[in-house]
Amino acid sequence: MRITCPNCGERDRREFYYQGDALALTRPAPDAGPHAWDDYLHNRDNPAGDTRDLWFHEAGCGAWIVVSRNTVTHAIDDTHLAATVKR
Amino acid sequence: MRLQDPQNTVSFTFDGQRYRGVPGEPVAAALLAAGVRLVARSFKYHRPRGIMSAGSEEQNALVTVGRGPQADPNVRATVLEVSEGLEVFSQNAWPSLKHDAMAVNDLMSPFLGAGFYYKTFMWPKPFWEKLYEPVIRRAAGLGGLSGKANEDRYEKAFAFCDVLIIGAGPAGLMAALTAGRAGADVILADEDTAMGGRLLREVEDVDGQPGPDWAAETIAALSAMDNVRLMTRTTVTGAHDQGTYGALERIAGPRRAGKPLECFWRIVAKRSILCAGALERPIAFPNNDRPGIMMASAVRSYVNRWNVAPGKAMTIFGNNDDAHRTARDLVAAGVKVAALIDCRDDVQVDGDFPVYTGAQVVATKGRHALERITISHAGGTRDIRTDCLAMSGGWNPTVHLTCHMNGRPIWQADIASFVPTPGNVPGMVTAGACNGAFSTAACLKEGAEVAAEVATGLGLKPKVTVPAADDSAYRISPLWAVPGQGRKWIDFQNDVHVKDIKLAAQENFRSVEHMKRYTTQGMAPDQGKSSNVVALAVLADATGRGIPETGTTTFRPPFVPVAIAAMGAGSQGKGFAPERLTTSHRASVARGAPMIEAGLWYRPSYFPQQGETHWRQSCDREVRYVRNAVGVCDVSTLGKIDIQGPGAAALLDFVYTNTFSTLKVGRTRYGLMLREDGHVMDDGTTARLGEQHYVMTTTTAAAGQVMRHLEFTLQVLRPDLNARIMSVTEQWAQFAVAGPRSRDLLNSVLDDQIVDADWPFMACGAVDVAGVQGRLFRISFSGEHAYELAVPARYGDSLFRLLTAQAESYGGGAYGMEALNVLRIEKGFITHAEIHGRTTAFDIGMDRMISRKKDCIGQTAAARPGLIDDDREQLVGLKAVGAVKQLTAGAHLFAQDAAPERVNGQGYTTSVAYSPTLQTGLALGFLKRGSARHGEVVRMVDHLRQIEAMVEVCDPVFFDPEGGRARG
Repeated sequence: MRITCPNCGERDRREFYYQGDALALTRPAPDAGPHAWDDYLHNRDNPAGDTRDLWFHEAGCGAWIVVSRNTVTHAIDDTHLAATVKR
Repeated sequence: MRLQDPQNTVSFTFDGQRYRGVPGEPVAAALLAAGVRLVARSFKYHRPRGIMSAGSEEQNALVTVGRGPQADPNVRATVLEVSEGLEVFSQNAWPSLKHDAMAVNDLMSPFLGAGFYYKTFMWPKPFWEKLYEPVIRRAAGLGGLSGKANEDRYEKAFAFCDVLIIGAGPAGLMAALTAGRAGADVILADEDTAMGGRLLREVEDVDGQPGPDWAAETIAALSAMDNVRLMTRTTVTGAHDQGTYGALERIAGPRRAGKPLECFWRIVAKRSILCAGALERPIAFPNNDRPGIMMASAVRSYVNRWNVAPGKAMTIFGNNDDAHRTARDLVAAGVKVAALIDCRDDVQVDGDFPVYTGAQVVATKGRHALERITISHAGGTRDIRTDCLAMSGGWNPTVHLTCHMNGRPIWQADIASFVPTPGNVPGMVTAGACNGAFSTAACLKEGAEVAAEVATGLGLKPKVTVPAADDSAYRISPLWAVPGQGRKWIDFQNDVHVKDIKLAAQENFRSVEHMKRYTTQGMAPDQGKSSNVVALAVLADATGRGIPETGTTTFRPPFVPVAIAAMGAGSQGKGFAPERLTTSHRASVARGAPMIEAGLWYRPSYFPQQGETHWRQSCDREVRYVRNAVGVCDVSTLGKIDIQGPGAAALLDFVYTNTFSTLKVGRTRYGLMLREDGHVMDDGTTARLGEQHYVMTTTTAAAGQVMRHLEFTLQVLRPDLNARIMSVTEQWAQFAVAGPRSRDLLNSVLDDQIVDADWPFMACGAVDVAGVQGRLFRISFSGEHAYELAVPARYGDSLFRLLTAQAESYGGGAYGMEALNVLRIEKGFITHAEIHGRTTAFDIGMDRMISRKKDCIGQTAAARPGLIDDDREQLVGLKAVGAVKQLTAGAHLFAQDAAPERVNGQGYTTSVAYSPTLQTGLALGFLKRGSARHGEVVRMVDHLRQIEAMVEVCDPVFFDPEGGRARG
């Protein structure tokens, strides 16, 4: 598997650390209530199809990357720096 | 029998018998040349088996190469190259290949059909694991492993290219030529020792010259191109995501000590062209497995390429025109053809040999090798004496790689076989026989055209020129199984015959995937390469469905067996994980310190001195150094993260529970870091070196995790913060100098003297050591007046030697991990033994450190009712108070009078030490409502080591609870 790092280009997936769903980008406010926090911390979809994950280019440039990919075909549609997605 | 006398030969052995062979030819060819026909015993019934194919698909001729730890089992004799002194052994036979005691299984075969084991060995239940399975496993099987560490070398390698061409037959060579001439960066890989594919094995002309000559000329042209890499002996084993391909290269030449046997490649290609060819399939007729019955294409390979005739009186049995060329080639080579048998009525064969059309082979005879066959034809039955029968049931395109990413092939009726579904593997296209184009002319044309399309897609301008070649049509009439009595083998490697598959259908294992698992058809090293299509044709017939509806099983990588040693090359022993060594490593080892692993780091356990016979003596002495004089310890392995920028303070406030924006420059503070789910992630001290400059320390174990976490915080959660972080762990060598004489020691090495007034507890700042700029932190992990002194790593070795030498002059010395652990347990300082991922700030008594004046990671979740429950297990100190003084980590805690069972569990111990300072066994642990139970006596039970002790619950800080020693 190969992932295109927006900084470094296409690299082997062994250079990356996998975090999980990109919903980590949307941290609730401290007072958002237990349900919002429960969803943020624990509840995850398990889609057969398109998904958005966070990967860390740990053995590369150190960028956190939002990867849109398909869990069925393993195709990677696009990748963006998390910092720019957030802004 | 050799058709030509070879120029030079070498000697090798098979089962101890010496044979001559031509260097580089397959062992199978040399054995056939010597008239050896029985080479193996079958998997289940121990039936005599011979060489069946001339390629990597071989089902029967599996052998073991070498002996002892070097023995390599299940090597196919058809791809194993002859070399001087090679030792080859047969497998799965005892006492000998010819007289195999387990051949009795064959007599029992009426009882041993598919599903036999499942039905028979059901009772009594425990017998399966203890008796039946071991016995069955011993009786059945292939080659065995020695059980010893194999010291053979393997390699792994990576390659990148524009176009990977898989297979170098006519299609692959043309594809490489076209793409190469267009300027693409090409890798051409072929599993054979020489490129050319069937051009080397058939008698055919290309471009007006013999096939092998054209192939040689083309290979020479390709070799001359800088942009083309040729890889022989390299099987592409798998197609993976994003254009990554696995490939196994057998290194050329004889085995030599230190020389790698195989190399596992990971090839990344923008595009790939599969030119894998096709594999001939057998016909299921009664007793079609006797040594001497082989594939027709294999017979031609041995005759045309290796100049070896596999028999003296040859017969051929086929259902397609391709089989006829076998007879033609044999006659041309001067080998007697006893009969050509074609199951079709309407075929015309010209040749000086008997031809039987509309005929089938219905029986075979010969105990250890084929002696005669019986055929049935329009005129009745007839016995024919023959020692080699060449069979051809038609060709199966080698579609495997196109199915490695979950794709399925499609049925093509006119060739009675499956062909690739276009687009199954992104970036891969197919050409030639693997695509169902069987004539040489079609292979050359497709190879050139497909490569031209690929090159155009890469922005190149290819030219297509196709040489002339044979373009005869491929005509076939499907024949899967000959009717009649007797076992008709389909999967030779797994001993599966027609009746097994019918039985599976009858017992409702009708899905092809169920049939496979019920009968084991298509498993084992060959993965049913030759047998699959025949098997599912028989299944289709038995279930009354068509072949396309029946479908295929799933093709998975690897295409050929790959030794784990090849995939994991370089990862044995020292290669398993990188080693991180501190700058004091050499000095520590020179002092005789046993080094222990701490993550990837190696740290000294203790520094033994003369007369000490037990580690505890050394450890106790080192603890006394620190408590009474001064000790020196390398703490460079702790993570050091440099944090700079206008947002540095805000970042720290957000990742730590406590506040760092209020920390004064020149001061250090202990910080606690939570995960977002409210549990403790890590702890450590962070020093403020400047207004916008901090240096954080992490634990050794969590340094990588914390670095990742900080980047996550900066990039994902708080990109608004303007701060940058950098790991500087490797850049600084840092030493703890701890004990009542620590300041004196430092003043003996620092360029400028320090005084307590300028360097109070938790102070930090720049210092000079022998002219080198360093950093000094007055922090303590031992509870003593202590410092940590850091210098650029290149000075670490000399500073460590200097500090330890000076410490010795003050009555102290170096201390290792054991002493460090005792010192911190005496003080109740936590490590990852305590913050193991399931403990909260509340559990370790630090919930008051979670500031409510600001948001921080983990703050919200840490406040959940379940995480601040008084009933939780809380950090406590434990002191041995009964007769048993030995405490153990991982033991469980119970009320004194409760039975030591899980339901009564009240907690557990995490760290233990013998305290030379307090002269008693100490433990840290977690106990329900522990902070309210100081003074109570509970029972510690270690069920694993069978140790039980009475312990008194107390404050985790055993020594100097007021902390006066560190501050003073």
